[in-house]
Amino acid sequence: MAEETQKKDDVNRRQFFVKLGLGSLSIAAAGTAAFAYQYLEPNVLFEPSPVVNAGKPDRYPLGSVTIDVNSGIYIIHSDEGYFSLSAVCTHLGCMTAWKPELNMIACPCHGSKFEENGKKIEGPAPKPLPWKRIWLNDDGDLLVDRSTDVPPLAQDSFVRV
Amino acid sequence: MAKTVDQYFDNLRGTRVWRSIFRSGTGSSTLKRALVIQQNVFLHLFSTKVRTRMMSFSATWYLGTLTLGTFLILVATGIPLMFYYHPSAPQAYADTKDLQFVVSSGLFLRNLHRWSAHAMVFLVFAHMFKVFYRGAYRPPREFNWVIGVILLLMTLLLSYTGYLLPWDQLAYWAITVGSNIASAVPLMGEKIHFLLLGGNAVNANALLRFYVLHCMILPLAAMFFVAIHFWRIRKDGGLYSHASEPATVRGRTDTGAPLAKEGQ
Repeated sequence: MAEETQKKDDVNRRQFFVKLGLGSLSIAAAGTAAFAYQYLEPNVLFEPSPVVNAGKPDRYPLGSVTIDVNSGIYIIHSDEGYFSLSAVCTHLGCMTAWKPELNMIACPCHGSKFEENGKKIEGPAPKPLPWKRIWLNDDGDLLVDRSTDVPPLAQDSFVRV
Repeated sequence: MAKTVDQYFDNLRGTRVWRSIFRSGTGSSTLKRALVIQQNVFLHLFSTKVRTRMMSFSATWYLGTLTLGTFLILVATGIPLMFYYHPSAPQAYADTKDLQFVVSSGLFLRNLHRWSAHAMVFLVFAHMFKVFYRGAYRPPREFNWVIGVILLLMTLLLSYTGYLLPWDQLAYWAITVGSNIASAVPLMGEKIHFLLLGGNAVNANALLRFYVLHCMILPLAAMFFVAIHFWRIRKDGGLYSHASEPATVRGRTDTGAPLAKEGQ
């Protein structure tokens, strides 16, 4: 009887150490995974500012659609005022282009088409081109915040000079 | 009396130094020949014996071997290309141009790397079609098919990461489109996109990450799986496995045991 208990204890001790060992390894592995994930995620990005200075409003004549390929935005001067659209296709991120002869915005990669107010005419793009926040600074320059979407055609989404 | 070259070679193979490296020794017996394969760290992945029928062109069209060939060309040309290439923006583009127009044989190496990469993708697909239509994915080799699918993925990732390195317009937009496809993964999509590029857009961080993946991580992973892939061929019964043939081909032997006199 006593011998049997002893035997059982032996196995339990072994199992205990096995569990302890595996448990420690699991914790260490989880820690390593978390460490690796944090390491691979950059904390500081040297990317351009989302706020773009588009210059003086009189650069954009009434009825014009102007692309800035470096920042990926359109500045459009419509009857209601100035507004800004993202030029990045909502399909897979290619740079769209304004086609004056067709009176539409078209993507060269997969053929998506948009109206000059961003509304989708034809896919494969799943969504319309988003409107970006636009305002005038104290120097009278148009500024666009590429990180902030605003509702299309809303009164506040236009700048009137 | 002058010795022939063969005799010199036989003497060399009998020396103590030679025998300390290649233990199997000389001789043309079946055992000695088998030992040469079995005792070599590179050759031991392969079968010690192969049916001559499986060495014929029609059996495999040598597609797997050709794929390995293109892979070796890619390693041999890729390493010299690294000597002239800085994975930084915009230097990478200038280095690519230098490789084409300034460096001696740079154009040759770069084109060989590029064409071999295209050939490897083609050969991997051809190899998989051949394996599929031959039914060579059937048990006992179903796991080697899985390894093969992993190797297909490795090949495509190597191809994709290499595409960014010239840092031209074609590369930039291809990677922009490709990485946006990764964003379509449910829930984690944006995170994967961010980690893959090391930022929100294709920039210097993305170039460096793709360079490290292309030159270190993916080739090492591919070599690891290639080693398993070859070793599994031997372990799963060689290039020809009677057990994997459909019952109608197996004919009278329904036990799955190979016919003793067939295919020698």
